[in-house]
Parts: sequence; C-alpha cells; structure tokens
Amino acid sequence: MTDVKMVNLTIEGRPVTVPDGTSILEAAKTAGVLVPHYCYHPGLPVAGVCRMCLVEVEKFPKLAPACATTVMEGQVVHVHSPKALEARKGVLEFLLINHPLDCPICDQAGECELQDYAFAEGRADSRYREPKRFNPVEDFGGDVLYVQNRCILCTRCVRFMGDVAQEPVLNVSERGDRAFIGKAEGHDLTNPWAGNVIDLCPVGALLSKDFLNKARAWELDRAATVCTGCSQGCNAVAETRDNVPVRLKPRPNDAVNQYYMCEVGRQTYREFARRDRADQPMVRAGATLQVTEWDEAISAAARAVEGRRVVVVASPNLSNESLFLLERIIGQVNGQGVFRVGRGNSIPLPGATDLALREERAANASGARLLGFAEVPAIGAAVREGDALLIVGDALAEVSEAELAAASQLVFVGTTVPALVAKHATVVLPMTNTLEEEGTFTNLRGRVQRYLQARTAPGVARPTWYVLADLLTAVGGAGQFFVPNEVFAALAATHPKFAGLDYESLGLRGLPIVEQSPSVPAAEVTA
Amino acid sequence: MGYPHPSHPRETPVLSKYFGDAGARTLDGWRQRGGYEALQKALAMDPQEIQTVVKDSGLRGRGGAGFPTGMKWSFMKPDGKVHYLCCNGDESEPGTFKDREIMRWTPHGLVEGVALGAHAIYAETAYIYIRGEFTEAITQVNRAVEDAYAAGILGANAMGSGKRVDVHVHRGAGAYICGEETALMNSLEGRRGNPRIKPPFPAVAGLFGKPTTINNVETLTTVPYIVKNGAEWYKQFGRPDNPKSIGTKLFSVCGNISRPGNYEVALGFPFKEFLYDLCGGPLPGREIKAVIPGGSSVPILTREEAENAIMDYEGMVASGTMLGSGGVIVFDDRQCMVRQIARLTRFYAHESCAQCSQCREGTAWITRIMERIRDGQGTMEDLDTLLSIADNMSGKTICVLSDSCATPVVSGLKKFRHEFEAKIAANPSKVTVPGALRASAA
Amino acid sequence: MSHGPSASGGALVAAPPHGHHHDEPHEPVFVGETRAALDVILSRYPTKQAALLPALWMLQDARGWVSEKGIEEVAAVLEITPAYVKGVVSFYTMYHQHPVGRHFIQVCTTTPCNVCGAEDVVKSFLEHTGCGDLGLTSDDGKYTVIEVECLGACGFATPVMINNDFIESVTPESVPRILSELK
Repeated sequence: MTDVKMVNLTIEGRPVTVPDGTSILEAAKTAGVLVPHYCYHPGLPVAGVCRMCLVEVEKFPKLAPACATTVMEGQVVHVHSPKALEARKGVLEFLLINHPLDCPICDQAGECELQDYAFAEGRADSRYREPKRFNPVEDFGGDVLYVQNRCILCTRCVRFMGDVAQEPVLNVSERGDRAFIGKAEGHDLTNPWAGNVIDLCPVGALLSKDFLNKARAWELDRAATVCTGCSQGCNAVAETRDNVPVRLKPRPNDAVNQYYMCEVGRQTYREFARRDRADQPMVRAGATLQVTEWDEAISAAARAVEGRRVVVVASPNLSNESLFLLERIIGQVNGQGVFRVGRGNSIPLPGATDLALREERAANASGARLLGFAEVPAIGAAVREGDALLIVGDALAEVSEAELAAASQLVFVGTTVPALVAKHATVVLPMTNTLEEEGTFTNLRGRVQRYLQARTAPGVARPTWYVLADLLTAVGGAGQFFVPNEVFAALAATHPKFAGLDYESLGLRGLPIVEQSPSVPAAEVTA
Repeated sequence: MGYPHPSHPRETPVLSKYFGDAGARTLDGWRQRGGYEALQKALAMDPQEIQTVVKDSGLRGRGGAGFPTGMKWSFMKPDGKVHYLCCNGDESEPGTFKDREIMRWTPHGLVEGVALGAHAIYAETAYIYIRGEFTEAITQVNRAVEDAYAAGILGANAMGSGKRVDVHVHRGAGAYICGEETALMNSLEGRRGNPRIKPPFPAVAGLFGKPTTINNVETLTTVPYIVKNGAEWYKQFGRPDNPKSIGTKLFSVCGNISRPGNYEVALGFPFKEFLYDLCGGPLPGREIKAVIPGGSSVPILTREEAENAIMDYEGMVASGTMLGSGGVIVFDDRQCMVRQIARLTRFYAHESCAQCSQCREGTAWITRIMERIRDGQGTMEDLDTLLSIADNMSGKTICVLSDSCATPVVSGLKKFRHEFEAKIAANPSKVTVPGALRASAA
Repeated sequence: MSHGPSASGGALVAAPPHGHHHDEPHEPVFVGETRAALDVILSRYPTKQAALLPALWMLQDARGWVSEKGIEEVAAVLEITPAYVKGVVSFYTMYHQHPVGRHFIQVCTTTPCNVCGAEDVVKSFLEHTGCGDLGLTSDDGKYTVIEVECLGACGFATPVMINNDFIESVTPESVPRILSELK
C-alpha cells in the first residue's frame, strides 16, 4: 500500500475519504452524488468554463467550481443547497437563451445533457424576448457535422483534439456570444480518432453524419460488446433499432480504451448490419446447395472431414470459445489450424494510455495464437491437393478459386455465402456474427473481455460455438456445452494461461491472462 | 498635474510632474530629472529589503484591485526558480487614461520601475504588455528600453550591479480582458486572452508556468520614488485617520466636465472639491447628474453621493462604490442614463472572452434588454429580469468581467430607476419583440 | 461563410464582406530581414508560441491584413496549427481577417466618449468618407470606418485611430481637415 495522503470531507451529508488532490466533483462521485456539469470530462484537462458544477462550500465566500476545486480536510460541501440550485438554474437559463428549439429534429434528443439537466433543475419557462443568434451548419470533415446554434461552448471537442488526439484542428473563434467552434480551411477532422468529439459533445452540436436522422435515442436497444476492428479490444456498446445495428459507441474502460473508439471500429457496425446472410444450413446436391436441417448438415460436415488431412482456417474474429472448440475438433481429426490476419497502419491516440488503432485488424488474433493456431500470410498455401478445408468465420480472404478447388471437401461456417462458396462448398453452416452471440476475445495485451448479444440471429443461424460443439460431437469429441460459459470453463481448465478466469470475474471490464501488479487503493466511502 | 491642463496648486505631482515635458522622454533628460538613481540604489539592495520598504510604504496596486504591492511581492521568494515580472499596460477600463500618459511622457520612469520591480521579485526577465492601440506609448517605451540597453542600464550587468535585468515590450492586439492578470499571461504566451482559474495563483505558477508577479504601470512607476525617498516620505500622503490608503494617485477625469485630464492628488482628497475646484465642475449651464468614480466597473454615484465621497479605497467603499482604477466619468443632466448604461453593457458584451456561460450569454442578453428599453420597447417585467440576470452573473465566473457588466445595471436601476420607468411608460405597445406580427401591421 | 455579430441587430460593426480571398497568391512574409526580426523576437521568449502576437503584427504590417494563407505561414514558422492561430486571430479585434480601406478609421464610442458626442464624430466620418455604413470600404478603396471600444484617451474625447496614428480630441467639425491630411 503506497502512502497516499487521504482527505476526509462531507458532501451532501455523506462522509467521503479520497486521496489528496482529488476534485470535489470526483470525490462526490465516490459518495454517489452527481454534480451536474458539461465541460468537465475525466479524460480531458479541466477547463472550468461551463460553471454548471458550482457547489456551496461552507466558509467559502463564493460558490466553488467542483471540477476545479480540490478537496480540503473537513470541508462541508452542498451540491443541492438553494444557492447552488439557483446558480445552476441560472446557468441553464443562459445556455438556453440562444439555443434553438431543435429537440424534435435534433439527434441528441433523449441522450442530451442539456435536456436532462434543464428538465431536472431548469426553469419551466423562458424569459428571453429577443431574437436568437443564428449560425449556419458546418461540415467539419470526417464523420462530423457542427450545428453551431446548439453549441454551448463547453470546449470538450477543442480539448480532445488538442490534448488527447494532439492534433489541434479545432479552436474557439471570436468572442462573447459570437463565439463558435472553428477550424482552419483545408484542415478537417479526418483524424481517425476525431469522431470521439461527437460522443463528448453533451448536446447536439457535434453530430455523426453517418448516424444523422437514423434513429431516436430512446428507440435504441443497447448491449455491451467489444470492437472487432483491431486487436486493441476497445469496449463498445452496440446499438440496434428494431434489431438492426445502427451504431457502435465506446464504452469506458480505463485499462483498454479509456473513453474512446476510432472511426474504423465505429464503422464495423455496417458489417454486422448486412442483410445478405447465410441463415439456413445447406448441403451440396450436385451443382447446387440445398437447404437442409441442422442435424443433416452437421453429419454431412463430419463426413466431409473424416479420413482426410484437414486444414482448419479460423477467422481471427472468432471468440475464444469458438477457437477452443475448433482446437478440440482439430485434435479429433487429422488437422492443423491456421489463421490470417489483415494488417494496416497503427494510428495511436497519443494523449491516451496505450491506445491505438492497431496493426492487426482483428479482435482475437491473440486468442487464436494462444489456442494453437498458426498465423500464415496466405491461406491458400496451406492447402494441399485432396485436403478437406474447414473454414470458420468467413475467413475467405485472399484464397484463390484454384486453391479452393484443390480441396476435396469444403465445409464453410460463415455469416454469408460468397459466390466461391456457393460454387465449391460441400456444406454451409450459418453462424452468428459478433453482435448476435456471446463470447470473449483476447486483446493484444492478453486481456480477456466478454461481449454480450445485441440482436437476434437471422433465420436459423446458430452461435458459432454451438455449431462447433455439435460438430465436435459429430466427429467423436467429448463434452456437452449448453451455454458459452461452459465452453469458457472448459477452455480455462485446459489452458493454464486462462486458469482462474470465468464470466463472473471477467464481468464487463475483462481481466488479463498475465497476473496484474497490485493497484493503488480506490476511494472508499466510509458510510 | 491636471494634464493637459496646467497643474492645479492642490495637486501633488509625483508621477505626473513631467507630463507634457518632451525632455523627460530621453535617457539623458530622465537622468537630469533624477532618474535611475533609485534603480542604482535598489540593485545594490537585497530584494527582501526592497520588499520591506514597499510594504512599509503602504503602496497598493493602482490598476484597480488595490492589493498591497509589498505583500504581493512577498509571495516571490528566492527559490532558485525562474521568475517573471509582467507590467500591465493594457489600460482599457473605460474612463481610465493615466497609464498612457505615464508611458508616453515618462517611459524611462516606467522602465526604471519595471527593472526595480524585477530585481525585487528575483526575476531576471520582465515583460511590459502594452495594449495594441497605444502606438505612441509603444514607440516611446520601445525606444526607452533600447536606450537603456545601450547605456548598460538593462542587460546582463544592469548598471554594473552584476545582476541581469531583461525587459521586453509586448504589444497587445485589442482585448480589454487582457488587462486581467491571468488573461494577460495567456496573451503573452501567444494564446487567446482567456482568464485562468485561480488557484494556481501567478506567484506559484504564472507566466510559462513560473512564479510571476503582475503589476500595473502606475504602481511600478511609483516604486522608484519610494525606494529613493523612503517609505515614510510616501506615508505623508493620505488621510491621517486612514493608514490603509497611502500615497498619491492619478485620477483620469472625463465625460461632461470642464477640464478633463489626469489629476494627481493625495489619497483621501474630498471628491466634491476635486470635481468642482480642480476639474472645473460641469460645463456652463449644466449640472452633474451622475459620476462613476473608478472606471466603468464600479457602481454609479448620484451627484449627492459623489459630493459626499472621499477619494481613497475605504472612502469610496463607504459611499457604496470603489476607487477602482480612478477613472472618473462624469454625466451631466443632458445624458440619458438608460442610453449610457446600455452602451456600457454593450462594451462588456463585446469584450467577453466567451469562456463562462453567465458572461458569454449574460452580457449579450443584458445588452439586448437595455437597448430595447432605450429604444422605447421595454416593459416593467424587463426591470425584474435585468436584476435577476445581474444576480446570476455575479460571483459565479472565472473573472469579474461578468460582475462588472452587472454593476452599472444594478446601480443604475437603484439610483436612476425613474429614467428606466419613464422610457417604459412611453412605450405604447405591449408587444416586446421588435418586428413581431401585429394585428394591424403595415 | 460569414460569422458576423449576433443577429439581434444593432451590431457594433456591420458584418464586413467576406470575399473569397483564398485563391489569391501569398508572398511569404518571414524571409530576409523580416525573418531576422522575428528571430530576434523569438529569442525573448522560452516558447515559439509566445511570438504569435508579434508575428501576426508583422504579417499585418506587411500585407495589410491577415489572410488564411498568412495564417498558414505564421503557423508553419511557429510550429503550431493553423486552427490554433486562427482562434487567436479571431479573438483580438485589431487583426483584420479581410482587406480594409487604405485608411482604417476607428472611432471610440464607449460611454466616456459617448457622452461627449462620439456618435456625431462617427456620422461625420461616414458622411465625409463616402462609406455607406460602418465596416464597409468606400468605393475608391480609401476608407473604412468602424466604431471601437474605449481607446484609453477618454479625457481627449473623441480619440480616433487611423491605421497606427492616434488622433486626440476629434470633433465632427475637424473631420474634413483630418481626412484631407491623409495620403
């Protein structure tokens, strides 16, 4: 235990003990008290400009900005005293005088902090009788649209681009109520991390062009997931509207992505929203594939891999559970497991800790390696004449038709049926994509993270691990798995690096496979 | 002296002695007038000694805040860190025009004060921040600095003392808010002139993150006189029964007054005699209606209140206002207070840096209401709204520009409410939004 | 895109016409002697950024206004981003982000001067320069007239700045003479 000086104070009548140097706002969080605020954000340098977080501190002559005031021993802080409430009401009124009545057409409605606090603590009427300031909408480049009229000048976006992305392409221009967020000609928000300003914006001033007018916030269902764009493993939230994925947003995790996600990751939602899905099991009958029942398809798949050299091609986006079952299958048949992972340039977010769009553009290459799969630059080279090919997870990239044809049998487990597969596959087994199943990935730092199901699968497509469990049984393997954590338990029992991990301990933050060093004591609430 | 008028016998010309005297601007001219003797003496003194003398003298900051200078300097200790002195020449408070005179008539006096101040706070570098519009002052101070370097007064071996004193002039570019000490530092660093949150205080982390002291032009120019003549000499100026307000002060008198100009009097001078005797009272046939005694950010006084006030820090507070920068703005009976207060709020709305919600939106809102009332479209409800807005703008922001905008509105409504009501009573229509649809609109 | 004063009307300065000057060629300013002068200024500060206001003054003195391309040049020289420079330029009222008349006339109309008839001085300038309104440049390109806030010479009402010249005690009557003395 390192000796950090602790400070005791009282916030809204609750005793709080936090390390010296903590702000009143953060200290209040540990007591379960939310101090309303706009410009403050734990990932950004403190600005203290919105003045929303003013709290009453006994013996202070003026109200104090909670985000910019450090705690002192014995302080008594009131967040909801009449003075503080009045001050916040005043701020809300000021922010609303020029704010357009855009809620009916503003994307932020339903997840807007101005709405939320105005509803909770603002005036019920407006005293403003003058014409409102009007400014045009501006395209900031990238995915970002700037609706100037709605901006409350919290400057989160400016601080993010300046301090976290370290590419100061946004500024505050002009003075007084003429101020707006500006940029220089020809220098747009093309940085792959720039989209985070949309999440950071508390109101509907910075919007996603991609998401524009697609859905209302309250129509969305949300599930915790993990991004598959690269091996960073950013924690994300999958948002669907009527079972259609419409958006991925970052989910906070201090150990992985803090509060951010890159554009590549955000756009992966499109892949999960594809409608050209394989949703029925199919078996070859002559020149075509014919829809059949699952039992038949599994049996056919088992027959296809019996008695031959089997090359198992896994997608590096398969879950640990699926890869583990594949490993078992490989053990049963005369097989070898390979995978190929696409690569791109690494683009770090310099102001964040250990965060980048990683070279490896897949979520679970680490898992694949740990579970015995060999990385190959080209799939086709591993296939010899007469082999049986078991491709799991749409892993068809860069396999030529000739190489496919060289295989005597092709069992394809995927989410779509590409033309090559339609032509050459012996069996097609429809699987779920990441948003339609539950599982875990292992990121590049060896962190095992759970993702949850966000939508129902199409047709009779089944979770990948489920399909593979059946296939394992069909080829003579042992084990019965009804839920994914049973698979994970078996994985953890087999592979020492995963020992001791289970879904409950993984929670929604994940855990590393390597033992962690002891951390600093977290703030305690003493009552 | 009552520059541009001849010195009045009741003035105490210390800083203003050479206003209008072109000979005082050159290095030789300044030396002939006793200049640079104080600096020579100070460079041989220990900074702690100088700090003690200034503390004893009772000198308070002359920019508007009135913070005891010696105490401000005492926050700067010999800690081995780089220290900076900033001279605040960003004079932009409406009604105030004294620093301009100091800089253009006695630039060497300022340079001497700055160098002395730097030495007193263990700084080797000082920046003189002059507002961009003061082209003459910039030219004069630049030349004075150049000549001082050439004569070895500034530089690596200031006046042969073995101490380094570097002074640089930095030109502003049009922002009243840069007169706020932390905004001035931001401006010097090449940023937008946004005030900073305190703490940290400049003496701990200021310019470029280093311990910094910011002093007004008039304050720094006074210091050499105190060092040369002693603290006791300075203490002779002031009310005998008020040791908190010591020394002489330049008062910039403007507006509807017979003899506008800068007058230097000992603190504690009776305001009535000042206005009528020294400044000549109102113009012929006119009567004084209102006076703002300390720059536009302090409460307005009625004529009666002004006539009963004493010109020092405590005296003005006792009259319900503040000494501030000493910018005396006089309004005579021709002036419409609503119109002038509206113009004042417009000034603040124009100068708001846009950081704090209350200031950014409040200054503009308050201005719009004031102008609407001015133009005959106001309602009684507006008066309540004005006071409510003013209250929401006060005591809640990073700096006091917001409070300063609210002040004339509050004191104006308190003391000249009848003028507001007259404007509103004259408003025949009940519709308050200009240009809104009316039943019989043409 | 025009980001003029708030649309409530009664603006202090009418929104100046923002022509598209982006395609005009920009001769580098910070070369030769000017560059040498900037280097001297740079030596006075521990950071390059601190030379931003001085550099912008040098740019405006050389070119008459601060263009986008000028901003790019200053940004490159001081190793900061153009967006940052632009944020600073738009904060300070003395930098023009568009060309102005050869004689840029700035009349103080804040309260101390206002009570001394500053608005009549403004009217006189508008009339005698032929500028249609505040912020507009006269047809012959000679004059632009704007109102400014307190110039710090309140006892010498009404002070007027014309480019870098500071003229005290201007009255509506003295305006024609002042204009005639301009080149």
